Amino acid sequence: MLLIPCPWCGDRDETEFHYGGQAGVPYPARPAELSDEQWGDYLFVRDNPKGRFAERWSHAAGCRRWFTIVRDTASHEIVR
Amino acid sequence: MSEHPDRLWRNPEPKAGYDVIVVGGGGHGLATAYYLAANHGIRNVAVLEKGWLAGGNMARNTTIIRSNYLWDESAAIYEHALKLWEGLSAELDYDILFSQRGVLNLAHTLQDIREGARRVHANRLNGVDAEWLDPDGVRKFCPIINTSEDVRYPVLGATLQPRAGIAKHDHVAWAFARKADELGVDLIQGCEVTGFLKQGNKVVGVETNLGPIHAGRVGLAAAGHSSVLASLAGIRLPVQSHPLQALVSELLEPVHPCVVMSNHVHVYVSQAHKGELVMGAGIDPYNSYAQRGSVHVIEQQMAAALELFPIFARAHVLRTWGGIVDVTPDASPIIGPTPVDNLFVNCGWGTGGFKATPASGWTYAHTLATGKAHPLNEPFALERFTTGALIDEHGAAAVAH
Repeated sequence: MLLIPCPWCGDRDETEFHYGGQAGVPYPARPAELSDEQWGDYLFVRDNPKGRFAERWSHAAGCRRWFTIVRDTASHEIVR
Repeated sequence: MSEHPDRLWRNPEPKAGYDVIVVGGGGHGLATAYYLAANHGIRNVAVLEKGWLAGGNMARNTTIIRSNYLWDESAAIYEHALKLWEGLSAELDYDILFSQRGVLNLAHTLQDIREGARRVHANRLNGVDAEWLDPDGVRKFCPIINTSEDVRYPVLGATLQPRAGIAKHDHVAWAFARKADELGVDLIQGCEVTGFLKQGNKVVGVETNLGPIHAGRVGLAAAGHSSVLASLAGIRLPVQSHPLQALVSELLEPVHPCVVMSNHVHVYVSQAHKGELVMGAGIDPYNSYAQRGSVHVIEQQMAAALELFPIFARAHVLRTWGGIVDVTPDASPIIGPTPVDNLFVNCGWGTGGFKATPASGWTYAHTLATGKAHPLNEPFALERFTTGALIDEHGAAAVAH
Protein backbone atom coordinates (compact mmCIF):
# COMPACT_ATOMS: atom_id res chain seq x y z
CA MET A 1 0.00 0.00 0.00
CA LEU A 2 1.22 3.47 -0.85
CA LEU A 3 1.88 5.98 1.92
CA ILE A 4 0.74 9.25 0.40
CA PRO A 5 1.76 12.68 1.72
CA CYS A 6 -1.34 14.86 1.82
CA PRO A 7 -0.05 18.46 1.85
CA TRP A 8 -2.59 19.35 4.56
CA CYS A 9 -2.89 16.18 6.66
CA GLY A 10 0.53 14.54 6.31
CA ASP A 11 1.32 10.92 5.45
CA ARG A 12 -1.77 8.72 5.22
CA ASP A 13 -2.60 5.24 3.87
CA GLU A 14 -3.57 4.94 0.22
CA THR A 15 -7.03 3.65 1.23
CA GLU A 16 -7.96 7.21 2.27
CA PHE A 17 -7.33 8.55 -1.24
CA HIS A 18 -8.92 8.60 -4.65
CA TYR A 19 -6.76 8.57 -7.78
CA GLY A 20 -7.15 11.26 -10.41
CA GLY A 21 -4.66 10.34 -13.12
CA GLN A 22 -2.25 12.64 -14.94
CA ALA A 23 -1.84 16.15 -13.54
CA GLY A 24 -1.79 19.31 -15.62
CA VAL A 25 -4.31 18.42 -18.34
CA PRO A 26 -6.24 21.68 -18.79
CA TYR A 27 -9.67 21.90 -20.41
CA PRO A 28 -9.11 23.27 -23.92
CA ALA A 29 -9.36 27.06 -23.99
CA ARG A 30 -11.48 27.06 -27.17
CA PRO A 31 -12.98 23.56 -27.45
CA ALA A 32 -15.20 24.45 -30.41
CA GLU A 33 -12.10 25.15 -32.50
CA LEU A 34 -10.51 21.72 -31.96
CA SER A 35 -10.40 19.12 -34.72
CA ASP A 36 -11.88 15.68 -34.02
CA GLU A 37 -8.35 14.40 -33.61
CA GLN A 38 -7.41 17.07 -31.06
CA TRP A 39 -10.65 16.58 -29.14
CA GLY A 40 -10.17 12.79 -29.09
CA ASP A 41 -6.64 13.38 -27.90
CA TYR A 42 -7.86 15.58 -25.04
CA LEU A 43 -10.60 13.10 -24.06
CA PHE A 44 -8.80 9.78 -24.33
CA VAL A 45 -5.03 10.11 -24.44
CA ARG A 46 -2.86 10.64 -21.37
CA ASP A 47 0.84 10.21 -20.77
CA ASN A 48 1.79 6.74 -19.54
CA PRO A 49 5.49 6.99 -18.69
CA LYS A 50 7.63 4.33 -17.05
CA GLY A 51 9.32 6.59 -14.52
CA ARG A 52 8.39 9.95 -13.03
CA PHE A 53 4.73 10.88 -13.39
CA ALA A 54 2.93 13.95 -12.04
CA GLU A 55 -0.50 12.79 -10.91
CA ARG A 56 -3.58 13.97 -9.04
CA TRP A 57 -4.89 12.48 -5.81
CA SER A 58 -7.86 13.48 -3.68
CA HIS A 59 -7.84 12.90 0.09
CA ALA A 60 -11.35 11.49 -0.21
CA ALA A 61 -11.62 10.08 3.34
CA GLY A 62 -9.76 13.02 4.91
CA CYS A 63 -9.69 16.69 4.08
CA ARG A 64 -11.34 16.11 0.66
CA ARG A 65 -8.81 18.31 -1.15
CA TRP A 66 -7.05 17.60 -4.43
CA PHE A 67 -3.27 17.84 -4.83
CA THR A 68 -0.45 16.80 -7.14
CA ILE A 69 2.48 14.49 -6.39
CA VAL A 70 5.31 13.20 -8.55
CA ARG A 71 5.66 9.43 -8.27
CA ASP A 72 7.93 6.95 -10.06
CA THR A 73 5.70 4.40 -11.79
CA ALA A 74 8.51 1.82 -11.91
CA SER A 75 9.43 1.93 -8.19
CA HIS A 76 6.32 3.60 -6.63
CA GLU A 77 8.69 6.05 -4.89
CA ILE A 78 7.00 9.40 -4.29
CA VAL A 79 9.57 11.95 -5.39
CA ARG A 80 7.69 15.10 -4.30
CA MET B 1 1.07 -36.43 -23.90
CA SER B 2 3.91 -38.85 -24.52
CA GLU B 3 7.57 -38.34 -23.58
CA HIS B 4 8.36 -34.66 -23.13
CA PRO B 5 11.09 -33.47 -25.52
CA ASP B 6 14.28 -31.89 -24.16
CA ARG B 7 13.71 -28.64 -26.04
CA LEU B 8 10.53 -27.14 -27.48
CA TRP B 9 12.26 -24.47 -29.57
CA ARG B 10 15.71 -23.38 -30.75
CA ASN B 11 17.46 -20.35 -29.31
CA PRO B 12 18.68 -18.70 -32.52
CA GLU B 13 20.82 -15.60 -32.97
CA PRO B 14 18.96 -12.81 -34.74
CA LYS B 15 19.40 -12.55 -38.52
CA ALA B 16 20.08 -9.22 -40.24
CA GLY B 17 16.45 -8.88 -41.19
CA TYR B 18 13.01 -10.47 -41.36
CA ASP B 19 9.77 -10.01 -43.29
CA VAL B 20 7.95 -9.42 -40.01
CA ILE B 21 9.20 -8.70 -36.49
CA VAL B 22 6.82 -9.20 -33.58
CA VAL B 23 7.92 -7.30 -30.47
CA GLY B 24 6.89 -9.21 -27.37
CA GLY B 25 7.07 -12.96 -26.76
CA GLY B 26 3.97 -13.39 -24.67
CA GLY B 27 0.88 -15.34 -25.61
CA HIS B 28 -0.33 -12.84 -28.19
CA GLY B 29 3.09 -12.40 -29.81
CA LEU B 30 3.68 -16.15 -30.03
CA ALA B 31 0.19 -16.78 -31.41
CA THR B 32 0.74 -14.00 -33.96
CA ALA B 33 3.99 -15.58 -35.14
CA TYR B 34 2.37 -19.01 -35.37
CA TYR B 35 -0.57 -17.79 -37.46
CA LEU B 36 1.73 -15.71 -39.70
CA ALA B 37 3.53 -18.92 -40.58
CA ALA B 38 0.56 -21.31 -40.52
CA ASN B 39 -2.18 -19.19 -42.13
CA HIS B 40 -0.20 -16.86 -44.36
CA GLY B 41 2.96 -18.79 -45.21
CA ILE B 42 5.13 -15.98 -43.83
CA ARG B 43 7.92 -17.84 -42.08
CA ASN B 44 10.75 -15.32 -42.17
CA VAL B 45 9.54 -13.98 -38.83
CA ALA B 46 11.20 -13.11 -35.53
CA VAL B 47 9.63 -12.70 -32.12
CA LEU B 48 11.78 -10.42 -29.96
CA GLU B 49 11.34 -10.83 -26.22
CA LYS B 50 13.29 -8.69 -23.73
CA GLY B 51 12.93 -11.27 -20.94
CA TRP B 52 11.92 -14.89 -21.45
CA LEU B 53 8.99 -16.27 -23.43
CA ALA B 54 5.60 -15.88 -21.77
CA GLY B 55 7.06 -14.45 -18.55
CA GLY B 56 4.79 -11.39 -18.33
CA ASN B 57 1.02 -11.42 -18.16
CA MET B 58 0.93 -14.84 -19.81
CA ALA B 59 2.43 -16.21 -16.59
CA ARG B 60 0.25 -14.06 -14.33
CA ASN B 61 -3.34 -14.31 -15.55
CA THR B 62 -6.18 -16.35 -14.07
CA THR B 63 -6.66 -18.37 -17.31
CA ILE B 64 -10.40 -17.74 -17.69
CA ILE B 65 -11.75 -18.22 -21.21
CA ARG B 66 -15.22 -17.03 -22.20
CA SER B 67 -16.93 -15.12 -25.00
CA ASN B 68 -20.11 -13.81 -23.36
CA TYR B 69 -19.47 -10.14 -24.23
CA LEU B 70 -22.33 -7.73 -24.76
CA TRP B 71 -21.43 -5.83 -27.93
CA ASP B 72 -21.43 -7.38 -31.40
CA GLU B 73 -17.81 -6.48 -32.17
CA SER B 74 -16.55 -8.06 -28.92
CA ALA B 75 -18.76 -11.14 -29.16
CA ALA B 76 -17.45 -11.73 -32.69
CA ILE B 77 -13.74 -11.65 -31.83
CA TYR B 78 -13.99 -13.43 -28.45
CA GLU B 79 -16.28 -16.12 -29.92
CA HIS B 80 -13.79 -16.58 -32.74
CA ALA B 81 -11.17 -17.07 -30.03
CA LEU B 82 -13.34 -19.61 -28.19
CA LYS B 83 -13.84 -21.61 -31.39
CA LEU B 84 -10.07 -21.60 -31.94
CA TRP B 85 -9.53 -22.69 -28.31
CA GLU B 86 -11.85 -25.66 -28.91
CA GLY B 87 -9.52 -26.99 -31.60
CA LEU B 88 -6.21 -25.72 -30.30
CA SER B 89 -4.82 -28.81 -28.57
CA ALA B 90 -5.32 -30.78 -31.79
CA GLU B 91 -4.04 -28.02 -34.09
CA LEU B 92 -0.89 -27.43 -32.04
CA ASP B 93 -0.47 -31.11 -31.16
CA TYR B 94 -0.03 -30.25 -27.49
CA ASP B 95 -2.49 -30.69 -24.64
CA ILE B 96 -3.34 -27.21 -23.35
CA LEU B 97 -5.74 -28.69 -20.75
CA PHE B 98 -8.67 -26.65 -22.04
CA SER B 99 -11.52 -27.44 -19.67
CA GLN B 100 -14.99 -26.18 -20.68
CA ARG B 101 -16.40 -26.32 -17.19
CA GLY B 102 -18.70 -23.29 -17.56
CA VAL B 103 -18.53 -19.72 -16.29
CA LEU B 104 -21.14 -18.20 -13.98
CA ASN B 105 -21.53 -14.43 -13.80
CA LEU B 106 -23.52 -13.81 -10.63
CA ALA B 107 -26.28 -11.25 -10.16
CA HIS B 108 -26.73 -9.70 -6.71
CA THR B 109 -29.06 -6.79 -7.47
CA LEU B 110 -32.10 -6.09 -9.61
CA GLN B 111 -29.88 -4.14 -12.00
CA ASP B 112 -27.47 -7.11 -12.21
CA ILE B 113 -30.43 -9.32 -13.19
CA ARG B 114 -31.50 -6.90 -15.92
CA GLU B 115 -27.97 -6.58 -17.28
CA GLY B 116 -27.41 -10.33 -17.11
CA ALA B 117 -30.66 -11.14 -18.90
CA ARG B 118 -29.89 -8.54 -21.58
CA ARG B 119 -26.45 -10.03 -22.10
CA VAL B 120 -27.86 -13.57 -22.37
CA HIS B 121 -30.22 -12.42 -25.14
CA ALA B 122 -27.48 -10.44 -26.90
CA ASN B 123 -25.16 -13.46 -26.71
CA ARG B 124 -27.77 -15.79 -28.21
CA LEU B 125 -28.40 -13.39 -31.08
CA ASN B 126 -24.65 -13.51 -31.74
CA GLY B 127 -24.51 -17.30 -31.64
CA VAL B 128 -22.78 -17.38 -28.25
CA ASP B 129 -24.10 -20.02 -25.84
CA ALA B 130 -25.73 -18.39 -22.81
CA GLU B 131 -28.30 -19.32 -20.19
CA TRP B 132 -29.98 -17.61 -17.29
CA LEU B 133 -30.00 -19.52 -14.00
CA ASP B 134 -32.19 -18.72 -11.00
CA PRO B 135 -30.68 -19.13 -7.50
CA ASP B 136 -31.72 -22.78 -7.41
CA GLY B 137 -30.00 -23.33 -10.76
CA VAL B 138 -26.87 -21.64 -9.41
CA ARG B 139 -26.94 -23.92 -6.35
CA LYS B 140 -27.16 -27.02 -8.54
CA PHE B 141 -24.41 -25.90 -10.92
CA CYS B 142 -22.03 -24.80 -8.16
CA PRO B 143 -23.07 -26.24 -4.78
CA ILE B 144 -20.35 -24.46 -2.78
CA ILE B 145 -21.71 -20.96 -3.44
CA ASN B 146 -23.57 -19.47 -0.50
CA THR B 147 -27.03 -18.92 -1.99
CA SER B 148 -28.79 -18.20 1.31
CA GLU B 149 -30.89 -15.05 1.52
CA ASP B 150 -29.41 -13.67 4.73
CA VAL B 151 -26.11 -12.42 3.35
CA ARG B 152 -25.18 -8.84 2.50
CA TYR B 153 -25.37 -9.45 -1.28
CA PRO B 154 -27.59 -12.51 -1.86
CA VAL B 155 -27.21 -14.42 -5.13
CA LEU B 156 -30.33 -13.60 -7.17
CA GLY B 157 -29.31 -15.53 -10.28
CA ALA B 158 -26.50 -15.87 -12.77
CA THR B 159 -25.65 -16.05 -16.42
CA LEU B 160 -23.99 -19.28 -17.50
CA GLN B 161 -21.81 -19.84 -20.53
CA PRO B 162 -21.40 -23.65 -20.62
CA ARG B 163 -18.60 -23.62 -23.25
CA ALA B 164 -16.44 -21.23 -21.23
CA GLY B 165 -13.72 -22.47 -18.90
CA ILE B 166 -10.00 -22.44 -18.22
CA ALA B 167 -6.77 -23.67 -19.85
CA LYS B 168 -3.20 -24.20 -18.69
CA HIS B 169 -1.52 -20.91 -19.60
CA ASP B 170 2.07 -22.22 -19.75
CA HIS B 171 1.05 -25.06 -22.06
CA VAL B 172 -0.66 -22.56 -24.36
CA ALA B 173 2.51 -20.48 -24.65
CA TRP B 174 4.74 -23.52 -25.12
CA ALA B 175 2.41 -25.00 -27.74
CA PHE B 176 2.37 -21.83 -29.83
CA ALA B 177 6.12 -21.33 -29.39
CA ARG B 178 6.99 -24.88 -30.39
CA LYS B 179 4.82 -24.84 -33.52
CA ALA B 180 6.00 -21.37 -34.56
CA ASP B 181 9.60 -22.51 -34.14
CA GLU B 182 8.92 -25.67 -36.17
CA LEU B 183 7.56 -23.51 -38.99
CA GLY B 184 10.77 -21.46 -39.05
CA VAL B 185 10.01 -18.52 -36.75
CA ASP B 186 13.02 -17.26 -34.75
CA LEU B 187 12.09 -16.84 -31.08
CA ILE B 188 14.76 -14.53 -29.70
CA GLN B 189 14.85 -14.08 -25.93
CA GLY B 190 16.85 -11.50 -24.02
CA CYS B 191 16.40 -9.09 -26.94
CA GLU B 192 15.04 -5.69 -25.94
CA VAL B 193 13.83 -3.21 -28.54
CA THR B 194 15.40 0.18 -27.74
CA GLY B 195 14.33 2.17 -30.80
CA PHE B 196 13.07 2.03 -34.37
CA LEU B 197 14.93 2.29 -37.68
CA LYS B 198 12.97 4.75 -39.80
CA GLN B 199 13.04 6.14 -43.32
CA GLY B 200 10.82 9.20 -43.22
CA ASN B 201 7.53 8.08 -41.73
CA LYS B 202 8.26 4.42 -42.43
CA VAL B 203 9.63 1.88 -39.96
CA VAL B 204 12.24 -0.38 -41.59
CA GLY B 205 13.51 -2.20 -38.52
CA VAL B 206 14.30 -2.03 -34.84
CA GLU B 207 17.28 -1.13 -32.66
CA THR B 208 17.94 -3.74 -29.98
CA ASN B 209 20.50 -4.57 -27.32
CA LEU B 210 21.71 -7.23 -29.81
CA GLY B 211 22.10 -4.67 -32.59
CA PRO B 212 19.84 -3.39 -35.38
CA ILE B 213 17.44 -5.83 -37.09
CA HIS B 214 15.68 -4.89 -40.32
CA ALA B 215 12.05 -5.72 -40.98
CA GLY B 216 9.39 -5.32 -43.64
CA ARG B 217 6.76 -4.80 -40.98
CA VAL B 218 6.93 -4.48 -37.20
CA GLY B 219 4.09 -5.50 -34.90
CA LEU B 220 4.05 -4.49 -31.24
CA ALA B 221 2.57 -7.03 -28.81
CA ALA B 222 3.97 -5.73 -25.56
CA ALA B 223 0.90 -5.43 -23.29
CA GLY B 224 1.72 -3.20 -20.31
CA HIS B 225 4.82 -1.78 -22.00
CA SER B 226 3.06 -0.81 -25.25
CA SER B 227 3.13 2.91 -24.39
CA VAL B 228 6.87 2.81 -23.72
CA LEU B 229 7.58 1.15 -27.09
CA ALA B 230 5.13 3.33 -29.03
CA SER B 231 6.72 6.46 -27.58
CA LEU B 232 10.04 5.35 -29.13
CA ALA B 233 8.25 5.65 -32.49
CA GLY B 234 6.72 8.99 -31.55
CA ILE B 235 3.20 7.64 -30.96
CA ARG B 236 0.97 8.31 -27.93
CA LEU B 237 -1.46 5.48 -27.29
CA PRO B 238 -4.77 5.86 -25.44
CA VAL B 239 -3.72 3.32 -22.81
CA GLN B 240 -2.79 3.52 -19.14
CA SER B 241 -0.71 0.83 -17.43
CA HIS B 242 -2.01 -0.49 -14.12
CA PRO B 243 -1.15 -3.34 -11.75
CA LEU B 244 -3.59 -6.27 -11.79
CA GLN B 245 -3.19 -8.69 -8.92
CA ALA B 246 -4.18 -12.31 -8.43
CA LEU B 247 -3.58 -15.01 -5.86
CA VAL B 248 -3.69 -18.75 -5.34
CA SER B 249 -4.43 -20.88 -2.31
CA GLU B 250 -2.56 -23.97 -1.28
CA LEU B 251 -3.40 -27.14 -3.26
CA LEU B 252 -6.81 -28.50 -2.31
CA GLU B 253 -8.93 -31.48 -3.27
CA PRO B 254 -11.30 -30.68 -6.15
CA VAL B 255 -14.13 -28.68 -4.56
CA HIS B 256 -14.98 -26.04 -7.15
CA PRO B 257 -16.62 -27.37 -10.33
CA CYS B 258 -16.67 -24.26 -12.56
CA VAL B 259 -15.60 -20.62 -12.84
CA VAL B 260 -17.52 -18.06 -10.79
CA MET B 261 -17.32 -14.33 -11.41
CA SER B 262 -19.12 -11.64 -9.49
CA ASN B 263 -19.25 -8.13 -10.79
CA HIS B 264 -20.94 -6.78 -7.70
CA VAL B 265 -18.82 -8.13 -4.85
CA HIS B 266 -15.94 -8.13 -7.34
CA VAL B 267 -13.99 -11.34 -7.40
CA TYR B 268 -13.54 -14.26 -9.78
CA VAL B 269 -12.63 -17.75 -8.64
CA SER B 270 -11.79 -21.05 -10.27
CA GLN B 271 -9.79 -24.10 -9.22
CA ALA B 272 -6.72 -24.92 -11.27
CA HIS B 273 -6.10 -28.44 -12.55
CA LYS B 274 -3.43 -28.91 -9.90
CA GLY B 275 -5.83 -27.89 -7.10
CA GLU B 276 -5.08 -24.25 -6.23
CA LEU B 277 -8.00 -21.88 -5.92
CA VAL B 278 -7.20 -19.06 -8.33
CA MET B 279 -8.67 -15.63 -7.56
CA GLY B 280 -8.50 -12.22 -9.11
CA ALA B 281 -10.36 -8.94 -8.99
CA GLY B 282 -9.92 -5.43 -10.32
CA ILE B 283 -6.90 -3.30 -11.12
CA ASP B 284 -5.07 -1.08 -8.65
CA PRO B 285 -6.19 2.46 -9.47
CA TYR B 286 -2.81 4.11 -10.00
CA ASN B 287 -0.49 3.90 -13.01
CA SER B 288 2.39 1.49 -12.52
CA TYR B 289 5.00 -0.66 -14.22
CA ALA B 290 6.14 -2.32 -10.99
CA GLN B 291 4.34 -5.70 -11.36
CA ARG B 292 3.02 -5.39 -7.82
CA GLY B 293 0.03 -3.71 -6.24
CA SER B 294 -1.37 -2.75 -2.86
CA VAL B 295 -2.31 -5.29 -0.21
CA HIS B 296 -5.76 -3.87 0.50
CA VAL B 297 -6.84 -4.86 -3.02
CA ILE B 298 -6.00 -8.50 -2.20
CA GLU B 299 -7.76 -8.16 1.15
CA GLN B 300 -10.94 -6.92 -0.54
CA GLN B 301 -11.00 -9.69 -3.12
CA MET B 302 -10.55 -12.34 -0.44
CA ALA B 303 -13.37 -10.76 1.60
CA ALA B 304 -15.57 -10.98 -1.51
CA ALA B 305 -14.55 -14.60 -2.09
CA LEU B 306 -15.43 -15.55 1.50
CA GLU B 307 -18.81 -13.87 1.18
CA LEU B 308 -19.57 -16.16 -1.78
CA PHE B 309 -17.71 -19.27 -0.61
CA PRO B 310 -17.74 -19.70 3.20
CA ILE B 311 -16.07 -23.09 2.61
CA PHE B 312 -12.83 -21.26 1.70
CA ALA B 313 -12.48 -19.65 5.14
CA ARG B 314 -9.67 -21.94 6.28
CA ALA B 315 -7.78 -22.12 3.00
CA HIS B 316 -4.35 -20.50 3.10
CA VAL B 317 -2.99 -18.04 0.59
CA LEU B 318 0.02 -19.60 -1.07
CA ARG B 319 1.12 -16.76 -3.30
CA THR B 320 0.01 -13.35 -4.59
CA TRP B 321 1.45 -11.49 -7.55
CA GLY B 322 0.80 -8.64 -9.96
CA GLY B 323 1.10 -8.03 -13.67
CA ILE B 324 0.95 -4.80 -15.64
CA VAL B 325 -2.12 -4.42 -17.81
CA ASP B 326 -2.68 -1.79 -20.49
CA VAL B 327 -6.19 -0.40 -20.16
CA THR B 328 -7.99 1.62 -22.84
CA PRO B 329 -10.78 4.15 -22.17
CA ASP B 330 -13.44 1.72 -23.49
CA ALA B 331 -11.91 -1.50 -22.08
CA SER B 332 -11.53 -2.91 -25.60
CA PRO B 333 -8.25 -3.72 -27.37
CA ILE B 334 -6.50 -1.83 -30.15
CA ILE B 335 -5.39 -4.02 -33.09
CA GLY B 336 -4.30 -2.42 -36.31
CA PRO B 337 -2.09 0.05 -38.16
CA THR B 338 -0.55 3.14 -36.52
CA PRO B 339 0.16 6.60 -37.97
CA VAL B 340 3.70 5.32 -38.69
CA ASP B 341 3.93 3.23 -41.88
CA ASN B 342 4.74 -0.47 -41.46
CA LEU B 343 4.31 -0.22 -37.67
CA PHE B 344 1.32 -2.01 -36.18
CA VAL B 345 -0.02 -2.26 -32.67
CA ASN B 346 -1.86 -4.93 -30.71
CA CYS B 347 -2.48 -3.69 -27.18
CA GLY B 348 -5.10 -2.48 -24.74
CA TRP B 349 -6.37 -5.93 -23.81
CA GLY B 350 -6.41 -4.69 -20.24
CA THR B 351 -7.57 -7.27 -17.74
CA GLY B 352 -8.90 -9.80 -20.26
CA GLY B 353 -6.26 -10.67 -22.83
CA PHE B 354 -5.63 -14.35 -22.10
CA LYS B 355 -9.02 -15.55 -23.33
CA ALA B 356 -8.43 -13.77 -26.63
CA THR B 357 -4.95 -15.19 -27.27
CA PRO B 358 -5.73 -17.28 -30.39
CA ALA B 359 -8.03 -14.67 -32.00
CA SER B 360 -5.63 -11.86 -31.13
CA GLY B 361 -2.82 -13.71 -32.89
CA TRP B 362 -5.09 -14.82 -35.75
CA THR B 363 -6.36 -11.31 -36.59
CA TYR B 364 -3.02 -9.61 -35.92
CA ALA B 365 -1.27 -12.08 -38.23
CA HIS B 366 -3.82 -11.21 -40.93
CA THR B 367 -3.18 -7.50 -40.34
CA LEU B 368 0.60 -7.90 -40.45
CA ALA B 369 0.46 -10.15 -43.52
CA THR B 370 -1.87 -7.96 -45.58
CA GLY B 371 -1.26 -4.52 -44.08
CA LYS B 372 -5.00 -4.27 -43.40
CA ALA B 373 -7.34 -5.25 -40.62
CA HIS B 374 -9.45 -8.40 -40.82
CA PRO B 375 -13.21 -7.67 -40.46
CA LEU B 376 -12.96 -9.12 -36.94
CA ASN B 377 -10.43 -6.53 -35.77
CA GLU B 378 -11.43 -3.62 -38.00
CA PRO B 379 -13.72 -2.10 -35.32
CA PHE B 380 -10.81 -2.22 -32.86
CA ALA B 381 -8.71 0.33 -34.76
CA LEU B 382 -6.90 3.25 -33.14
CA GLU B 383 -9.15 5.63 -35.13
CA ARG B 384 -12.16 4.88 -32.93
CA PHE B 385 -10.78 7.35 -30.38
CA THR B 386 -11.14 10.07 -33.03
CA THR B 387 -14.43 8.94 -34.59
CA GLY B 388 -16.00 8.17 -31.23
CA ALA B 389 -17.09 4.67 -32.35
CA LEU B 390 -16.07 3.17 -29.02
CA ILE B 391 -16.76 -0.44 -28.04
CA ASP B 392 -17.60 0.27 -24.44
CA GLU B 393 -17.26 -3.01 -22.58
CA HIS B 394 -16.82 -1.46 -19.11
CA GLY B 395 -19.46 -3.23 -17.07
CA ALA B 396 -21.16 -4.45 -20.23
CA ALA B 397 -18.68 -7.32 -20.45
CA ALA B 398 -19.47 -8.55 -16.93
CA VAL B 399 -16.37 -6.55 -15.89
CA ALA B 400 -13.73 -8.35 -13.79
CA HIS B 401 -12.50 -10.20 -16.85
